This record gives sequence, structure tokens and C-alpha cells, in this order.
Amino acid sequence: MPIHDQSYRRYGGGRAIPGRSWMVIARAGVISLIKKRIFLGILIFAWLPFIVRAVQIYITANYPQASMFAPTAKTFREVLEQQDFFVFVMTIYIGAGLIAADRRANALQIYLAKPLMRSEYIAGKAAVLAFFLLLVTWVPAMLLLLIQVMFSGNFEFVRNNLFLVPAITVASLLQVLLATFTMLALSSLSKSSRYVSILYTGIIFFTGAIYGVLWGITGSTSVSWVSPVTSSAQVIDVIFRLPPRYTTPWQVSLIVIVALITVSISVLERRVRGVEVVT
Amino acid sequence: MELQNVTVIYGKNQALKNVSATFARGAVGLLGPNGAGKSTMLKSLLGFIKPAKGQMRVLGLDVAQRPLEIRARLGYMPESDGHIPGMNAVSFVAYCGQLAGLPEVDAMQRAHEVLYYVGLGEARYRNIETYSTGMKQRIKLAQALVHDPDLLFLDEPTNGMDPKGRDEMLELIRDLAHNKNVNLILSSHLLPDVEFTCDYVVVMDKGQVAAQGPIDELKGPAGRVFELRVKVMGGNLSAFIDVLEGAGMECHASDEDVMRVFVPAGATGGNGSDQQAIFKLAAEHRVQVRHLRPSVPTLEDVFAKAVGEE
Repeated sequence: MPIHDQSYRRYGGGRAIPGRSWMVIARAGVISLIKKRIFLGILIFAWLPFIVRAVQIYITANYPQASMFAPTAKTFREVLEQQDFFVFVMTIYIGAGLIAADRRANALQIYLAKPLMRSEYIAGKAAVLAFFLLLVTWVPAMLLLLIQVMFSGNFEFVRNNLFLVPAITVASLLQVLLATFTMLALSSLSKSSRYVSILYTGIIFFTGAIYGVLWGITGSTSVSWVSPVTSSAQVIDVIFRLPPRYTTPWQVSLIVIVALITVSISVLERRVRGVEVVT
Repeated sequence: MELQNVTVIYGKNQALKNVSATFARGAVGLLGPNGAGKSTMLKSLLGFIKPAKGQMRVLGLDVAQRPLEIRARLGYMPESDGHIPGMNAVSFVAYCGQLAGLPEVDAMQRAHEVLYYVGLGEARYRNIETYSTGMKQRIKLAQALVHDPDLLFLDEPTNGMDPKGRDEMLELIRDLAHNKNVNLILSSHLLPDVEFTCDYVVVMDKGQVAAQGPIDELKGPAGRVFELRVKVMGGNLSAFIDVLEGAGMECHASDEDVMRVFVPAGATGGNGSDQQAIFKLAAEHRVQVRHLRPSVPTLEDVFAKAVGEE
């Protein structure tokens, strides 16, 4: 008689109620990325601007001679703008393979045969990308605000710029949601994460180039809505109560962003299925 | 599990045509040639494909209304290879367990147990992408079993396996159905696989149910089957087949001069008279019987009869 029965045994333990599988997907995705050294390198690199800004805040708080470098509300807008590059790099590194790799490995049929809805699968994948993007946008910006309070020893700056907390939050979310959903939609269109990376880069640079050409021809910045990057910059300027940098009405830029997210969700709805029907 | 008047349409093609079927508890074989609609039926029952019309119930629950509850109690082993990229076997199976609602610790424990059960215990820390075809089939079975489903859908589980691996896989399936009380539906175009593992069968052909019921019952009515090799002197073989069929027998020619002849009980006098009747008819029509071997009705006969194969 064997000491331990290695044949199949029925399971009598507890089970989670359906609706929480997205957290399992998100957690697995986050852990698998943290284990990668290259990714950790990118993450550390993305936090270098934060260190520079923290030093700037420390110096201006302790040395009156450097008061001309004291942070303003605009500083926090600049922090988010500086992070645009890292958002771009991390979106490609993390996002390109999120769904494409699953499609290549026929994993969708495995996922969707489990008690989870397609929206849960998408939410889990989106959470992986959004988590890391917030980690390089919202988290450093909010930490800088906290550091400002700590180094100055009072709440005066925060009290005078109370709108900064919601502004940083909304602006970060706008950046993150736009990048997350457009990348996920592109990732669902292909089985090759390399192709998705090229496609995303192409869209970002191509729309930027189109805007540049149109601006050169017309001499007006009112066509900034053609690029998601300029549209996002325009809306975020308004969120930080700064004068918009382009003549495009910010509402138009916002509509472009919302439309892009809506189209991306629609693409995901069509592409994320347990079975691919070819007629 | 039951389907009522289910129709599934892909573009202009009807993959399932007004299918009504009831699946008994235990091991049920879903048998049919490629393109018969077996996989479409399983995918519809999983909720992957929405039928154009009809109703489906699995484990007493409506597929359209409560798909999540059904999938929580169901394990699916797909036909094509599938895995989560970048994971080793134990992580993958545990992950599937968690997706099905098992707590993390339980899922990991079950993953180890199930991997041992399917014969991958020694390879459980290897990346799945390095697995052979046979191992990939086993890992697919493991991920379907990890959450201890009440019902298992196995879509062509022996595809691409070598004979030894195939036998082991069939033993596992048989053990699950007959010793572990797991209800399962085995979709296959391989008659021996279904005959070895299942008690019931649903025969599909061209998107319709051609026959269904207990295998033993479908093999009946009582009668005898003979493998026959003949040489026709002067006439032609089809004329002789017509003669046999005229005498109440059923013929399925598998080669130029080889055929399987089913003699229903009562068609002759019994007690060896079946063979004598065949010899007599052969002699009357100048046909030499070169080889005659008694056989028993197999699922192949049921299948051939159901789909109307010659």
C-alpha cells in the first residue's frame, strides 16, 4: 500500500466566487515582469527624474539662494511630461505581448474555458500595464508632492495648490488609460509582440509626423488633434490650469482621446474570444 | 447535459443543424468524422459560440444564462495546443486552478497532484514550450482537471501521441470515468478510443446527430459479423453484395474483395447456419469464399451504419 496516494483525488476545499479572476491574471503578470532584470532596469531608469526633482525640492527648501528653482504647479506638469518617454517605453515593453503572446500560444481558449468573462481577462491584462504605468507617473508625482511638504515643513504649497492632487491623478489616469487600451487593442490584433511594438511606435511617430507636416503647411496648431500625444498634452495642460499649448479646443482633444479608448475597447471586444471563427 | 434544436452557423455554413441530443452521466463518446460538428458542439456548450437557435443545458444549468457557474464545474481539454507563455508546468496548472477559483495554496497542491496523476511528475518544473506533443496533451488534461470538475470535455485527447502514450492517455480517461466518478465527453474521430473509454456514444455526421445511445445497445440487435474475402468468377462484386443484402444481410465493403457482413439474428437459422447461408449464396452465384472469419459487432459497424458509409 503506497504511503501517499498519487492517483487522482477529488477536491473538497473552498472556491472563490466568480468575478475575481482578473486579480489572478494581474498578479501573475506583475510578478512575472518583476522577475525580469531588464524590466527592473527600465523601472529604475524611469525613476531617475524623480530623484533629480527630489534633490531640487530639497535644495530649494533648504537654501534660499536657490529659491528661483522652487517647485510650482507647473513643475508637476513637467514631471508628468518628462515621464512620457518612460510611459512609451514601458507600454511597448509590457503591453505588446500581453494579448499577442496569449494568442500565439492559443491561451485564450484556456483562459475563457475557466469561470471568467472576457471583460475580466481584459481587465486583468489592462491592470498589469496600468499598474506599472501608474508606478512611473502618478506615484512619483504624488511622492514629490509629499516630499515638498516634508522638506518645507509646512502645508502652505499644498494648500495654495490643492487642485494638484486631483490634477495629478486625473492627468496620470488619462495618460495611462490611453496608452493601456490602445496598446491592448493592438496586441489583440496580432500574434507577434514585435509586430505590435512596431505598429504602436509607428502610430505614435506617424501621427506626430502628420501633425508636424500639417503645422508646417498651415502654420496653425489647430490640427494637433491628429496625434494622440499632442491631444493628450493639450488636455493635461488644461487639467493643470495652464494655458493650452495648441489652438485646438481642448474639448476636441478630449473627444479624440475618448474616441481612441472607445475604439480600442471595441477592438478588444471583437478580438478576445475563446474561438476564432473564420467564415 | 442536453441540447434542444441547436443550430450553429458560420457565415453561410451550418456547423450544427437543429441538433437535439441528451448526454448520459459517465463517459460519453462524441464520435464523427472531421468536420462533423463535434468541436463546434463542445465550444457551444462552453459558451464560446452563440448558437443561432436552440437551447443548451449543462449540469442542469442554462448555457446562455449561467455560463460562469457551468465553467466553474467544467474542465476543457482543447484539441489544439495551448498554454500560458513563459510558465513551467506546475505554475501553469496552479495558475489555471486559481483562475477556476481555487485558493493559491490549494491550487499549487492540486497542480502537483494532478501532474503526477497524468504522468508529468518528473517534468513539472520544465517550461511547457520544451514539451513533446504527448507531454503537451498530458498538460492540457492536467489543467482541465486541476479544479476537480464534475464534467470534462476532451477534444481529440490522443492527437499526435505515440502508441504507448495513447494507451496511457486512454487508461487515464477510462480511470477518471469509471473509478473517479468524473463525467466526461470524449470527442474523437477514432473509434477504438471511444469504444475503449466510453459507455455511451453520440455519433455526429454533417452537423447532425446520426445515432446516440449506450454503445452495447447500439452494437445490437443481436447478430453476427463476418470478415469476408471473396473472388468473383465472371460476375462482379456489387452484384454479389446485392444478393447478400437481398437475403437480409448488411455489407460494408472495405476493399476490392474484402467486406464485413452483418447477419442479423433470425435472418438465418442460427447455430452455424449464418456461415452456411453465406457459403450457399456464394456457391449459387459462382463466388469463391477465400476467407471467412467470425467477428463481433464493433463501434465501427455502428458508426458506418449511422453515417451511411459503404
